[in-house]
Amino acid sequence: MPIDFDQIVRDALGGLEAATESASLEAWRSTHLGKSAPVMAALGTLGALPKEERREFGQRANQAKQALEQAFEAASERVRTSELERAITAGSIDVTLPGRATARGRVHPAVQTLRKIYAIFAEMGFQVYRSRDVETDEYNFTLLNIPPHHPARDMWDTFYTTTPNVILRTHTSPGQIHVMRERAPEPIRVILPGMCYRYEQITARSEIQFYQIEGLAIGTHITMADLKGTLTAFAHALFGTSVRTRFRSDHFPFTEPSAEMDVECFVCDGVGCPVCKQSGWLEILGCGMVHPVVLENGGYDPRTFSGFAFGMGPQRITMLMHKIEDIRYFFANDLRFLEQF
Amino acid sequence: MRVPLSWLRDYVAISDSPDALASRLTFAGLEVEDIEYVGLAPERQPIAGLPTTGRSGPPAAGIAWNPATIVVAQILEVMPHPNADRLTLLRVDDGTGAEQIVLTGAPNLFPLKGTGPLATPMKVVFAREGAMLYDGHKPGREIMTLKRAKIRGVESRSMVCSEKELGISDEHDGIIVLDADAPVGVAAATYMGDVVFTVKINPNMARNACVYGIAREIAALTGAPLASLAAPVPATGRPLAGRVDIDIRDVALNPRFVLGLIEGVTIAPSPYWVQRRLRMVGTRPINNIVDATNYAMFELGEPLHAFDWDVIQKRAGGMRPTIITRRATAGETLKTLDNVDRTLDESTVLVCDASGPLSLAGVMGGAESEVSETSTNILLEGAAWDFINIRKTVKAQSLPSEASYRFSRGVHPALAERGVSRALSLMREWAGGGVAAGLVDHYPGRVDSPVVEITPAYVERQLGVRLEVDEIVRILGALEFRCEVAGDTVRATAPDHRLDIGHGLVGQADILEELARIYGYERIPNTMLAGAVPPPRPNRDLLVEERVRDLMVNLGLQEIVTYSLTSPEREARLAAEAEPGEGPLYVRLANPIVVDRVVMRRTLLSGLLEIAASNSRHVDRLAFFEIGPVYLSRANQALPDEPSRLAMLLAGPRAMPSWQGADRELMDFYDLKGIIESLAQALHIPAASVEPASHPSLIPGRSARLLIGGEAAGHFGELHPAVADRFGMKGIRVLVAELSLATLTAQVSDRDASMAVPTFPPVREDIAVIVGDDVPAAKVTELVRAAGGPMLAGMAVFDVYRGEQIGSGKKSLALSLTYQATDRTLTDADATKIRERIVRALRDELGATLRG
Repeated sequence: MPIDFDQIVRDALGGLEAATESASLEAWRSTHLGKSAPVMAALGTLGALPKEERREFGQRANQAKQALEQAFEAASERVRTSELERAITAGSIDVTLPGRATARGRVHPAVQTLRKIYAIFAEMGFQVYRSRDVETDEYNFTLLNIPPHHPARDMWDTFYTTTPNVILRTHTSPGQIHVMRERAPEPIRVILPGMCYRYEQITARSEIQFYQIEGLAIGTHITMADLKGTLTAFAHALFGTSVRTRFRSDHFPFTEPSAEMDVECFVCDGVGCPVCKQSGWLEILGCGMVHPVVLENGGYDPRTFSGFAFGMGPQRITMLMHKIEDIRYFFANDLRFLEQF
Repeated sequence: MRVPLSWLRDYVAISDSPDALASRLTFAGLEVEDIEYVGLAPERQPIAGLPTTGRSGPPAAGIAWNPATIVVAQILEVMPHPNADRLTLLRVDDGTGAEQIVLTGAPNLFPLKGTGPLATPMKVVFAREGAMLYDGHKPGREIMTLKRAKIRGVESRSMVCSEKELGISDEHDGIIVLDADAPVGVAAATYMGDVVFTVKINPNMARNACVYGIAREIAALTGAPLASLAAPVPATGRPLAGRVDIDIRDVALNPRFVLGLIEGVTIAPSPYWVQRRLRMVGTRPINNIVDATNYAMFELGEPLHAFDWDVIQKRAGGMRPTIITRRATAGETLKTLDNVDRTLDESTVLVCDASGPLSLAGVMGGAESEVSETSTNILLEGAAWDFINIRKTVKAQSLPSEASYRFSRGVHPALAERGVSRALSLMREWAGGGVAAGLVDHYPGRVDSPVVEITPAYVERQLGVRLEVDEIVRILGALEFRCEVAGDTVRATAPDHRLDIGHGLVGQADILEELARIYGYERIPNTMLAGAVPPPRPNRDLLVEERVRDLMVNLGLQEIVTYSLTSPEREARLAAEAEPGEGPLYVRLANPIVVDRVVMRRTLLSGLLEIAASNSRHVDRLAFFEIGPVYLSRANQALPDEPSRLAMLLAGPRAMPSWQGADRELMDFYDLKGIIESLAQALHIPAASVEPASHPSLIPGRSARLLIGGEAAGHFGELHPAVADRFGMKGIRVLVAELSLATLTAQVSDRDASMAVPTFPPVREDIAVIVGDDVPAAKVTELVRAAGGPMLAGMAVFDVYRGEQIGSGKKSLALSLTYQATDRTLTDADATKIRERIVRALRDELGATLRG
């Protein structure tokens, strides 16, 4: 009885359509294309057939086998795709859940501002020079042209120590004398950061200790115009190139002429807001031409040398830039404050 | 200092608006801190050449008196109120032609109640319905609008005003009684509206603590002429010379002493305009004599003192009085005019006569010789005092006053004579009498005015802008310097009201400031620094510190900055057990402001733990570091050492909190050690090692010392529970470290040679070494490293096991070893050879065996 290959193929393909996953597909393959599958069995009998039938039988058997194989490939592809789709669907996650937190450190906000200031002045050739916190009266006052009992001493409320003539520096200015005495007669361009101390009540606006940063430039041809240019360049770098500056006369015993530099309020662009108390300007730093007595005390002849100095409070600048309303936040070190920077 | 605009206008014409004038003064170094409008209306007007933006002036307050509703009027009659004893009804002529009936309770009108029409009508300030005024009955300054009201059956639609209602002062005890020449019907704002500027007087501006000084500055700044001081009234009385002597015992303390005399005065209240000006500058009017001394002081800056001449004469017992100035003897006493008996010491200077002290020189008068309501003859003192001595007295006696404020900042002796003359004129004008001819004037401490030479070249070299000789002379002339010009040089003689101009180079700088101020800082150009740049000097300490700071941040620690001021008690909490002895040597404040900040810290740990404790109330995971100095006092050393330290603190779970229920295992010693190792590695400090060590704050057996190149670099470990408890972290495991930054910095290597990336494959194997439990792991790893030689490319401890299988008193360290050669692939035989070397060394040195 002749084998009806078409029937075999039709029967087999009917089963293939039902196969929707790899396992049933494999079962189908083993049934219809395995060793004992009808088509394979038929091919196995080929050698026993009379020669004249072999050719035709062989052709039909092979055609049936190829048809099954092609159908199997197509079905395999279909199953693979749908299984992949199913796997992907099953593996979807909620991407809106928070990521895994990484322990992260931060630089203290006051130090961040110090670093910004270092960087700006470094570009203008100013190096950092640091000196001690516990100072002598001589370096903190007398050598800076503030003699004992002078009314100018009222400008600084001083912490005295139990050692006579030893005080906590009220400003970073003693560093000016240290650096001058160390480097005279070389030209100087330095900034002097450090912690300073004042005998004051601790309030939202005033602290018993705070960072200050001063600058000092000494050379043979340094003018007040250079002072204005340098500090305006600094203000542009820190607060924005469009910000305006203005210089008002003021008094410091260690500089003459002395000035206060205001910067146009960067919060309101000078229109007036609570940060600048509606004035449109923010007081940023004090400055002036180094007083001849200070130059002399530092070892520079005022007839040949001139220079300028300036000083500012990095915490105040941080407060202005980030609208911090209470200076006590800096040393209270509450993480809920620190982690905002 | 408070300065009324009207008073300034006595001496200089002012066309600027108050706002603009305030800006002008502020830019020139006389900062106007606020503007108070007392009747005049604010106006805005920018001034050319000064940058303005937003609201240009200082904070302003006050009210404008509406010219339509607040006018000068006169009271014609004071009548009783039909239904109220404490009120009166006034018949008032307000200049409109129609008489007004005004209701008031002003006590100063009570004596006139029911006396019929006044012979001389009384001039007052009259406010009509709708006027905006301050509410006289409420504390502080609250604006109200005057409304029609019926008080005890009488309708009131207007009022006569007190100073408080007009904002002149806080005086509300009675209504203002104006001077007799006040023009009825004229707006009060026109007649006496004013603006008061509060001007900050810097120490170098002491000469400007007076109206005339500020008027002079305005004249110099605006180019308007400065009016001369009024000439003194002709003195027609019997000459003073020969009637009183002056004896100055210490010229350095009292360079000049001037006396004047006025006889036959009538003590009475000053004219109202004088009282108003004094109130506006912040002083209380007393009577025409005292007011004249104060008025002259506020106007010229010379504090004066008036004595009752009859008292002085009586004390002299018929002899010619001698006024003596001398130092007090220790324990000498004086009752000052505030009725306080004061005990003095030798630093105090006194004005005395032969029978004893009369006043504290320059600070406060004595009670006995003060001017009283019955005085008729007044001896007036104007003097110059050493400002430093006055400062000491003011501090010692805590007696700040308007006089000592000025004398303690320096008043030029030339003003003594000017002040006395001016006050005598005012007394003559306000109190009658006759001024004795001439003054008795001792001026032994006369000092020549400094003469300073200035050239345009000097100005240009300092300011970066060239001012020509004419400009220099113009500016200095406006400030009353006397200038002589010789070629390019201006020889400027300082005027005799200034003590702030020095000699030589200092004088030049002083003059330079004057030139820059008046010329205008805004007109000086902006230039960048030119000239030689200093050679670069790497600041290694700072470089390493900043690297450490970045590394600590990268390792997940938050930087904190704590107070350097602390207390010994706060730091004493760091010792688990109280330490005997006197305690460490602190830098101690002589004048602490708060009880818990009295010394400079000797460690960062105390501050770090305090911050950890305060944060532990709201977070459980803490990871902090601080970099900063500690202050180590040394015996026989005035200044402390200030070495920088790096401190760290860890506490709480290792992992950050997560919704996935992350590992909440607590951090321990090895977390902290890992951070320190990473730091040392990142800084390329090869010779870092750790050894067990004890530390008073740490748990014994859980504390270690970091050694760098054999040198101790600090301690770290687990905080002793007793210490944690004392810092408010009971039961919390806290890890702390405090390291010497200098020791780290010294060993940082910037030039470690790099090694080639290996090209031949490594051989890896694990061994488990059984050693005595007391053998430190470091001992094992050191031996393995030494025995392994250069081909041992890597080693890691990956497990530590103790248990029955290996017997008690033992532990097993599992090591993973990596062998590698740079020039070939290692064979099994090579690896075996290395391993055998390692095993032999461990066995020989430590009696170690290999596990299974």
